[in-house]
Amino acid sequence: MILALAVPARAEPLPVREVAKGVYLYQGAHGEATAENHGGIANIGFVVGDASVAVIDSGGSAHQGRRLHEAIRQVTDLPIRYVINTHVHPDHIFGNAAFLADEPDFVGHAKLPRAVAARGAYYLEGLKQRLGSASEGSEVVPPSLTVAERLDLDLGDRVLRLTAHRTAHTDHDLSVYDAVTGTLFAGDLLFRERVPVVDGSLKGWLNVMSELRAIEARRVVPGHGTPTADWPAALDRQESYLRLLRDEIRAVIRDGGTMEQAVASVAAAERDAWLLFDDYNPRNVVTAFTELEWE
Amino acid sequence: MTRLAVPHFTLRDLWLSTFAAGLALAYGAAVVAAAEDDPWPDLREALFEDRQIQPGDGVIRLEAPYRAYDAAIVPITLAAEMPQTPERYIKTITLIIDNNPAPVAAVFTMTPHSGTAKISTRVRINAYTNVRAVAETSDGMLYMATKFVKASGGCSAPASKDQDKAMARLGRMKLKQSTPVRLGQPNEAQLLISHPNYSGLQMDQVTRHYIPAYFVQDVTISYGNETIMTVEGAISLSEDPSFHFSFVPEGPGALTVEVRDTEDAVFTRSWPVEPEAGS
Repeated sequence: MILALAVPARAEPLPVREVAKGVYLYQGAHGEATAENHGGIANIGFVVGDASVAVIDSGGSAHQGRRLHEAIRQVTDLPIRYVINTHVHPDHIFGNAAFLADEPDFVGHAKLPRAVAARGAYYLEGLKQRLGSASEGSEVVPPSLTVAERLDLDLGDRVLRLTAHRTAHTDHDLSVYDAVTGTLFAGDLLFRERVPVVDGSLKGWLNVMSELRAIEARRVVPGHGTPTADWPAALDRQESYLRLLRDEIRAVIRDGGTMEQAVASVAAAERDAWLLFDDYNPRNVVTAFTELEWE
Repeated sequence: MTRLAVPHFTLRDLWLSTFAAGLALAYGAAVVAAAEDDPWPDLREALFEDRQIQPGDGVIRLEAPYRAYDAAIVPITLAAEMPQTPERYIKTITLIIDNNPAPVAAVFTMTPHSGTAKISTRVRINAYTNVRAVAETSDGMLYMATKFVKASGGCSAPASKDQDKAMARLGRMKLKQSTPVRLGQPNEAQLLISHPNYSGLQMDQVTRHYIPAYFVQDVTISYGNETIMTVEGAISLSEDPSFHFSFVPEGPGALTVEVRDTEDAVFTRSWPVEPEAGS
């Protein structure tokens, strides 16, 4: 009875849609995390098997996580066995707290615990500043089950194949493939519409993208942007941006140019092709510059 | 090694004295504090006592972005606006970030061999702040250039985007020389030092305690027997410290760099320089 009192007030279910049989998605807004959107800027979803449910990214705050939880309960009463985090970024993990009572395994890349330890407190502080009271209940929940290379999770007549990637968007990206429907959850290994963010390795990301191309998916759910059946062509836009970033930074470095010069010029041709370009491209240039200058 | 720093304070002293305050400042509270309390009068007194500081025009110029793209990697350029001659040259440039936990980011010591005395580096910025370059000329005069920079969280921002790679590379150095190298003229070069430069305000990966500060403390760059520049560094310098500098070779020789960090690890490396005569 005392436990029941601790359960937060019922949240409004997130408006999820079924993108494939048993695969549900809430598509995040293209913008910055705010109190109004409760940090809900990433794509988050869940997959329902015969025996259990797996969440794939839990959202940008405990509040959004609770709304996802409600959305799941509108679809099924099956136990939520797994909460998978594709990587450490706040918009993908801060809904974890809403699932603690289900006692699922929190699943991530083998390097996720380290990233959570290094960044969790910093991200939580940032979330509180940015969202204020809308961040309430959010906490850092580290993984309880990690993936070094591959791991299959059986939801009951439905196996999710988790793949731990080498350094790309971050140094601990995890993708999830649902063989039943051929749906690939790419996490932030794929951005659509919104400009990609480099927080791992630009060169590594390009390598990982060519590995992703080998997956014979019928549709892909990006970490940000609209899901599509246009696979692997859905990678092309991102690949041309990342290649341009790489090639133009290399040219600046080769000519003895500085980071500031690179920020001012690199990837300008892609400016109109992406949302939030001016907010993130300069930072990508800085990040990639510090990687490429060691070549 | 002789401490060439500022009167009464070595950088390390200053760092230690401000470290406790730094912990409190590690997060966004710093932004608020910055607006209310101007740390400059106290800093000024600690660093330069009652000496007169003149405007930097014609002596020292500071370039910094108004808004940082990545608060942990903010590019800063300190450029002499006067020639470095044996008669009169910029002897030191103190780079100060008012609202950082350790405000003195670095002290650069130069000589008449320092070419154009133009230095670029990258710093962490923890809160909206004034950034200052105070140049002391060889005749003992002080000049200051100031820029306001909007950034926050740079000192506590998590270390390295690819942590395994960063540690595997510790102590490695890279020198990029502009070519051709011209005899008797200022030539530009960039020194990169692979080092985590832990600020003491970043969380440990495993223990979830603050990683102790561990940073590049002294850098000495020489050409032949002449010291080109020394850098006394602190926690505000970004991970993998980078220094653009210039030097004037009077003949063939080698650029030698010696780096010492706060755990007394010493890294040295030399690169041959082959100037083109008469160019």
